[in-house]
Amino acid sequence: MVKVGWNKTEMAQKVAADIFDGAYVNLGIGMPELVADHIPEGIEAIYHTENGLLGMGTVPGETKKDPELINAGKKCVTAIPGACYFHHADSFTMIRGGHIDICVLGALQVSESGDLANWSTGAPNAIPAVGGAMDLIAGVKSIFVITQHNTKDGQAKIVKACTYPLTGKGVVNCIYTDLAIIDVKKEGLFVREMGPNVDFAYLQERTEAQLFQ
Amino acid sequence: MINKITASAAESVKDIFDGAIVMIGGFGEAGSPIELIHALIDQGAKNLTVVSNNTGSGHVGLAALIEQRRVAKMICSFPRTANSTVFPELYTRGEIELELVPQGTLAERIRAGGAGIPAFYTPASVNTPLAEGKEVRNFKGVDYVMEYGIKADFSLVKAKAADRYGNLIYNKTARNFGPIMCTAAKTAIVQVQEIVEAGAIDPEVIVTPGIFVKRVVEVKQPQHESVLVAEERKYPW
Repeated sequence: MVKVGWNKTEMAQKVAADIFDGAYVNLGIGMPELVADHIPEGIEAIYHTENGLLGMGTVPGETKKDPELINAGKKCVTAIPGACYFHHADSFTMIRGGHIDICVLGALQVSESGDLANWSTGAPNAIPAVGGAMDLIAGVKSIFVITQHNTKDGQAKIVKACTYPLTGKGVVNCIYTDLAIIDVKKEGLFVREMGPNVDFAYLQERTEAQLFQ
Repeated sequence: MINKITASAAESVKDIFDGAIVMIGGFGEAGSPIELIHALIDQGAKNLTVVSNNTGSGHVGLAALIEQRRVAKMICSFPRTANSTVFPELYTRGEIELELVPQGTLAERIRAGGAGIPAFYTPASVNTPLAEGKEVRNFKGVDYVMEYGIKADFSLVKAKAADRYGNLIYNKTARNFGPIMCTAAKTAIVQVQEIVEAGAIDPEVIVTPGIFVKRVVEVKQPQHESVLVAEERKYPW
């Protein structure tokens, strides 16, 4: 079978390749967490986790787990030499105050004007939960979205207008999917790179929003 | 002589009254003052408004307080967590009120409350359902939502060490909401693993100055929520 597009590891590598030396980076829960494993040699990124740690390190071994040293996904992590701890208001001063360079988030939908919906499907019986997503997209300098190009049942996630409740309006800078890397510009969505065996027609067919080359 | 040390968790929470606004520290289990919450359950105060990032997990700590029907309203950012069933079930049945707040807005509302700031404007939640009904104001071409500071009657916080003045240091990411919650409550109650002599903590590294703290109680070996949840423990036991 011909391989179409990138796998999750390759997607994480693509995001990691756009992280610059010295960047302060906040990684969302889930697929964004994979990015840290693929930072190119010679690039130093400092990871921020909104529950109060700058300088998050790798996942600890089973015996070194500390329930009071966790990330935003409430998983045990480590702190690098040179890390620091701080309280929540300081943590969101870093976020909202524009001190974090890059945030990598997952998405339910992204619109052609860069609107992001990633916290709620608006289902009437769902328990609403937002966490720090709205603060991150309001304050971090560059917002990268990493997501499958389509939902499991083939629906477009890159849409003309989000139908789910918004996390923020006009906030996404770049979308990394299994099929393509798409830059969000004032004039619209521009395809920067396509995955293996993906052509523009194939990509547009799987995208509700208008794409440009 | 100033001495904020109380003899027991029960003693430290005895005056929490029905209808009080209570801030509870912690992000997930990190920093959750389980022994103080259990003392509050034993004490019996009800109809509480609780301000906390999450809603607890399993049937211990904050989840147990909610399960015992002591909480009328939660103000939080993320009421769903792994192993969290108590709050979602009550909420689905319409038996507990929820005020959902973006996490940074929650932190800033607490900070503002403690700092004597009644309200402020934030860019978070603009153009979203969480800004509905709130004042929006434009500063230099950008829209911001007005949010109110929150003050509490009591805060329950977990820290690592304290002295008799209430000066505190914390442990790693268990710090989270603790320092700001101490500032925002009339009565901040703090459980610590160790009470030390005044002067034993270097003044340069004190995180919460004692002025913000009313009571400290030593809990040498605090329980871990994740362990209790794994053992399927249920409070009261």
